[in-house]
Amino acid sequence: MLTKKLIDFMGLRNRRIAAALSIFFIIASLILIVVRGLNLGIDFTGGTVMEVAYPSSKAPDEVRQLLAKNGYQGIVQNFGSSRDIMIRLTPKKGENNESPEARAALSEKMTAILKSETPNVEVKRVDFVGPQVGDELREQGGLAFLVTLGGIMLYVAFRFEYRFAVAAIASLLHDAVVTVGFFALTQLEFDLSVLAAVLAILGYSINDTIVIFDRERENFRKLRTETVTNVLNISINETLVRTIMTSFATLIVVVAIYVFGSDATRNFSLALIVGIISGVYSTIYIASSMLITMGISKESLIPPERKDEELDAMP
Amino acid sequence: MNRYPLWKYALVFGAFFISLIYALPNLYPSDPALQISPVHERPLDQAVIDKLTQDLTAQKLLPKTTEFNTKQTLIRFNDTETQLRAAEEAKKSLGNEYIVAMNLAPSTPKWLSALGAKPMFLGLDLRGGVHFLLEVDMPAARQKALARYEEEFRDVMREAKLAYLGVAIENDAVNVKFKTPEDRTAALKELQKTYQSDLIFQDGTASDTVSLVATMSPTHLANIETFALQQNITTLRKRVNELGVSEPIIQQQGAGRIVVQLPGIQDSAQAKNILGATATLEFRLVDDSGASATEAAATKRIPMGTQLYKERNGSPILLKRQVMLTGDSITDASAGFDQNNRPSVNVVLDAQGANRFSKVTGENVQKPMAVVFIESKIQETQVEGKTVRTPIKTEEVINVATIQEQLSKRFQITGLDSPTEANNLALLLRAGALAAPLYIVEERTVGPNLGQENIDKGFISGLIGCGLVMLFMAVAYRMFGLIANAALIINVVMLIAAMSIIQATLTVPGIAGIVLTLGMAVDANVLINERIKEELANKVPIQTAISRGYSQASDTIFDANLTTLIAAIALFAFGTGPIKGFAVTLAIGIFTTMFTAVMGSRAIVNLLYGGRRLDKLSI
Repeated sequence: MLTKKLIDFMGLRNRRIAAALSIFFIIASLILIVVRGLNLGIDFTGGTVMEVAYPSSKAPDEVRQLLAKNGYQGIVQNFGSSRDIMIRLTPKKGENNESPEARAALSEKMTAILKSETPNVEVKRVDFVGPQVGDELREQGGLAFLVTLGGIMLYVAFRFEYRFAVAAIASLLHDAVVTVGFFALTQLEFDLSVLAAVLAILGYSINDTIVIFDRERENFRKLRTETVTNVLNISINETLVRTIMTSFATLIVVVAIYVFGSDATRNFSLALIVGIISGVYSTIYIASSMLITMGISKESLIPPERKDEELDAMP
Repeated sequence: MNRYPLWKYALVFGAFFISLIYALPNLYPSDPALQISPVHERPLDQAVIDKLTQDLTAQKLLPKTTEFNTKQTLIRFNDTETQLRAAEEAKKSLGNEYIVAMNLAPSTPKWLSALGAKPMFLGLDLRGGVHFLLEVDMPAARQKALARYEEEFRDVMREAKLAYLGVAIENDAVNVKFKTPEDRTAALKELQKTYQSDLIFQDGTASDTVSLVATMSPTHLANIETFALQQNITTLRKRVNELGVSEPIIQQQGAGRIVVQLPGIQDSAQAKNILGATATLEFRLVDDSGASATEAAATKRIPMGTQLYKERNGSPILLKRQVMLTGDSITDASAGFDQNNRPSVNVVLDAQGANRFSKVTGENVQKPMAVVFIESKIQETQVEGKTVRTPIKTEEVINVATIQEQLSKRFQITGLDSPTEANNLALLLRAGALAAPLYIVEERTVGPNLGQENIDKGFISGLIGCGLVMLFMAVAYRMFGLIANAALIINVVMLIAAMSIIQATLTVPGIAGIVLTLGMAVDANVLINERIKEELANKVPIQTAISRGYSQASDTIFDANLTTLIAAIALFAFGTGPIKGFAVTLAIGIFTTMFTAVMGSRAIVNLLYGGRRLDKLSI
């Protein structure tokens, strides 16, 4: 078992470096989220997004000016190709005197303006979200996040031990914060699908963590003479190939979705890419490292009756 | 060693075979089609459809096939372009008597449909269409109810000759002011007779005035809100039917919202106009001069002083021109039962309406009276590149009843077939004046081209992602990689079959969910294969290594997948629309993965290697 060369993941020096790095990532992400803020999509802010296709290439500036002439100001950019234009109008803060009907009818007014200039412009997509719905989606998103974390924590605490649950949650939070931080850094649109991706990352990253925890539990029973640090180190090394293989396989498909998939899943897959990479790191360095910090021991994991079984089974 | 009992092989391959059958309909492309059905409840005439097909053929709009049915006819076309033009042509040639709806008709072969196999249900982001989330304006509904009580209170106290100073709405309550506490006591006694069940009466707290404050009880408020919602759903259903949409979805969401999904609708402006139509009602006397309505309809010669209408079943009826009462006068209508326990609708009129109605009905006892439902909306049509707005009025007789006696403020409509009919009539009667306004709080429109684009891109990304993962597995694990790939293929087929069987909605994030599931599904095989390799490195006999590899990895796979399931469930519970689609595919994928990656691949391994003497394993 110990013939292969072990990578010392859990050595004190490495753990310190990793801890510093993790803390840096989390704090940097939090600062980015707070200071720069997220470029929230209309799913959360309310507003109107339109995607239109022109028969030939069109400069966003032209469209912006056309809209400005009619008294509308919004974000206008090319999207996908030079023929496709995306227009985003979000209600300004404090401008809430608009009636709900007027808000909902905005897309028609815009279509009329665009068609008056170029009659055969094609409206590919219209999304309108009222402010009250935006507020709710934000609330529900946060709730879904907490429920997922809570559910996972309970399950891990039940199947393993509470310290494992805490360690798992810490590594999940790291992945979620880093992914959201990435969106704050790049100012890419954070919409409902990205939120779904963050939740999927929770599900994915816990997958990784559980695999290593499982091995750690097994090795705690098997390698009775080893120190806790060694047991964790051996476990991580044993599952390392698997961690890399699986993450690589998942990355392949997510990159395929990013490159070849529809525009609606672009940011979604990008969030998953960031989350998967972060997940590999957090599983190795955060989850297991925290187990040592919290003082996990063989006794804390093996229930007495199980111990007897194990002894009987041994020759 | 490593042999499965026969039933396990049978289970794995049986499940695969059945899944194959139920996944198969997805391979047959849907045809762009027109769905033609009559507006009124009467059978479709073969001759009408034959003429339409001739017209279409003359215009070089060749139908692929025509499936005639007296309820509904389906005409399939080869491409969307032809379908679009044919729809316009059909609307022109058929007129207002028929609903022409555009549809994507599945072309599932008969033997598959006979087994109940259907293709997956595509979400709006894949098939194109409009999604609306409408909110019922509950404060307005409450205010309208209060305004009704305000007026009724005046009537009641006037009739009972009670003294009061004034009635007004203040802070979600009706406030009645009196000169003396004695007046108040007398009024309270009278008002409680009628309103005890719905309203809560309290003495006013202001020290300088004597007043009575009536607030609506919580149950009554809840009733008003449920009613407002149901009524709106009923009228929306009616309107969407007119709009000609195949497979529309109209559902309550939460306490005060309604989801309307209209697949295939490209013009959201028109849809909004129709959903936002205003409805009114008219009570008219049925013509009793003996003229035949059928004859009038056929000859187009309408007797003086009458007007030709259509009943719900499509049969013509002549009504007198004079309007007895309009819907504005109706303050309440609710379904119930009469003294003989037959379904009925109880209608309440305002004071003005009641006076008028009482006079007209008094003069016309034993004569039939009709209720006409009128909807006005604005239709936008493109004429020579310009948008022309034309107001359109649709009128329909929704009920004919005989006036039994002189009617006044409160009366009953009986002779209804079922409680459901009574319920619908009550909802429609209230539509006139009491409908709680609706407004759009969310709209998502996806053009048909984008929908197709999304399908294509989803398919390609899935194919490429899946292909690369399979290549990777084959290179990494050789024979065991190929076995994992076989398990992966079974997994995809089962996942698609499961989605088709439960008719879960496939969305763009849903496709991503399927692809993601495949990427994560190989994890189980990676875990197993790595275990086997480890065992082999420890010089364990080959057959034992396989067996241990599977049994030891199973626990881990179970734990890892269950935690992912928690995330999927939370996504489903809190997500909306497309996100729900993602959660569903993720959840189903977890189950199919656990089955195929562990049991499926094991069955193949056992078939190939079980019970044999092996020197080397291709892993």
